[in-house]
Amino acid sequence: MTEIFGVPLQALLGQLLLGLVNGSFYAMLSLGLAVIFGLLGVVNFAHGALYMLGAYAAWFSMDRWGLSYWWALLLGPLALGVLGALVERTLLKRLYGLDPLYGLLLTFGLALIVQGVFQQFYGSSGQSYSAPEALSGATDLGFMMLPNYRGWVVAVSLTVCVGTWFLIERTRLGALLRAGTENPTLVQAFGVNVPLMVTLTYAAGAALAGLAGVLAAPVTQVTPLMGSNLIIIVFAVVVIGGMGSIVGSIVTGLALGLVEGLTRVFYPEASSIVVFVIMALVLMVRPAGLFGKEK
Amino acid sequence: MKIRPVSTTLASFALAGAAALGLAAPAQAQISGDVVRVGIITDMSGVYADIDGQGGVEAIKMAIADAGGSVAGKKIELLYADHQNKADVAAAKAREWFDTNGLDLLVAGTNSGATLAMAKVAAEKHKLFISVGGGTSALTNEQCQPTTIHWAYDTTALAKGTGSAVTAAGGKTWYFLQADYAFGAALEGDTARVVEASGGKVLGVVKHPLSASDFSSFLLQAQASKAQILGLANAGGDTINAIKAANEFGITKSMKLAGLLMFINDVHSLGLKATQGMYLTDSWYWNKTPETRARGRRYFDVMKKMPSSLQAADYSAVANYLAAVKAAGSDDTDKVLAKLKAGKVNDMFMKDGWLRADGSMIHDMYLMQVKTPETSKEPWDYYNVVQVIKGEAAWTTKAESKCAAWK
Repeated sequence: MTEIFGVPLQALLGQLLLGLVNGSFYAMLSLGLAVIFGLLGVVNFAHGALYMLGAYAAWFSMDRWGLSYWWALLLGPLALGVLGALVERTLLKRLYGLDPLYGLLLTFGLALIVQGVFQQFYGSSGQSYSAPEALSGATDLGFMMLPNYRGWVVAVSLTVCVGTWFLIERTRLGALLRAGTENPTLVQAFGVNVPLMVTLTYAAGAALAGLAGVLAAPVTQVTPLMGSNLIIIVFAVVVIGGMGSIVGSIVTGLALGLVEGLTRVFYPEASSIVVFVIMALVLMVRPAGLFGKEK
Repeated sequence: MKIRPVSTTLASFALAGAAALGLAAPAQAQISGDVVRVGIITDMSGVYADIDGQGGVEAIKMAIADAGGSVAGKKIELLYADHQNKADVAAAKAREWFDTNGLDLLVAGTNSGATLAMAKVAAEKHKLFISVGGGTSALTNEQCQPTTIHWAYDTTALAKGTGSAVTAAGGKTWYFLQADYAFGAALEGDTARVVEASGGKVLGVVKHPLSASDFSSFLLQAQASKAQILGLANAGGDTINAIKAANEFGITKSMKLAGLLMFINDVHSLGLKATQGMYLTDSWYWNKTPETRARGRRYFDVMKKMPSSLQAADYSAVANYLAAVKAAGSDDTDKVLAKLKAGKVNDMFMKDGWLRADGSMIHDMYLMQVKTPETSKEPWDYYNVVQVIKGEAAWTTKAESKCAAWK
């Protein structure tokens, strides 16, 4: 069997594929963060909590109302979008003129409150949520057994990422959004309702986090702390990709998943810090991140 | 601080003298402060809140209520606090309670780090300290204290239980998934020694970071080893996510999982479908005898879930402490300890338990196998007791011990 650095090629391929699966979660979460930061200038620390809420929405709708995974996939992001719009309208809106630090503090506080409330109600060991019948089972790829659900996650994530990128970078709506954040007064003078656009942007970012949460529910245990464990890595992804860069967040998310996967084979102990080591290196060479623009 | 000012030394002599006089005078009033104060410091909001936490507090309340709310004619008071899994918070709270609240017994809930820190404070104040949830065997080994009692279990007992029994049952080759910190290393090391001593073989270890985001790649490495048994030397959310991924990737078809530290709450939250067939060692299980079932049901009425072994141990520890206070007619640490050491503990938690010189409460441990969904008859009916690990067989031996008090 072919070996690379003492690791059989087949095992290596398997690990790379798993890295891609994890990377697609990173990509989708960091995409939401990048959209919110790029267009609103808000460092959304509540993103992890929104992701957790998405997973809980899936579990809750199954447990209480017997709704299937497919309904959760639709309703979860929708509910999170509405929640996001409410948060933006009632709280975030008041902070736009101020230092971005205030937005960070507000969203961080919100995240802590939501986590605390969920721990109080649902405890810390979490809830179990199974993958739908249609996606359970595994496919033999020759070099490994890939659970069908993980394949589905990669497909959905890539579709959503490309779709979002296209919407923002290539459509008229996206152009208006970008213009609205550059110069809100001028765009408003053209008859565009900028505050509404901003609200919808935050709602869309929240919905993306919710979608990632629903997708993650069958893969990991649904716990109140699932978001806070992931959010730090996702922030590192955004920083490496360049704050606010859509392409940057997608590409870096996937790439870091792969790097992490490789680290797990060659030196597993370092797998949780490899992302941060890369972040430090990137910041030394390119302070604005790989895809960011220098200001 | 090495040099103590002369005045305080004199003052403490004077105080000691006064205390001696005070004790000598009225022979009947032997309860300090006219109240027996019991405190529990545990994780009430973090990752270990389900296995002890509020449920542990409720269990102690039941023990106090069963004693009639008073002992030796004096009222029993309960204090409880959340240490948030921080050793410094735990130690500071313990100190405060001993110094200003006149605490007589401190029960330590979960978290080994916090437990070790509190044990030191209790020893310094010469107050009784019962550890229930902290698993580290250091408590009764290199860091043993005359005032410490380790009531429910320790990592050595878990390793000996699962390691030897599973190997004896034919699980000869092992691979470990180890949380990369002190606790994981201790658990993996202890178990690996037991496995090898029982004629098994350890094929490898993969270390994963604490709270790892994904376990699939570690599991594929374990599978590639072709070992029969996958030992999970981790805890809480890491164990749960590892088991979940093991099912998803079909690892459970070729390997049997052995949870080295698992509680019934973990099984409950994962469900039987994902955990069936797993081996684990625990100190107690509610659905074992009529007595344990009665205790479990009573707890269920209050908490709407069955008690973990730790919550049962909380009850047992405080109930036996109160009985010892009653027998001694005093809440003085040495007198209560003498009573606890003199008799055997027989209650719903343990049979013929006895307190060894190193502070270990010696009792049977149980190797259990998780039932299949078909054989489980009711909610929380999760285990078959496969083997009872009798008496001292589960615990550290005198040859292994580094505890000075047991040499």
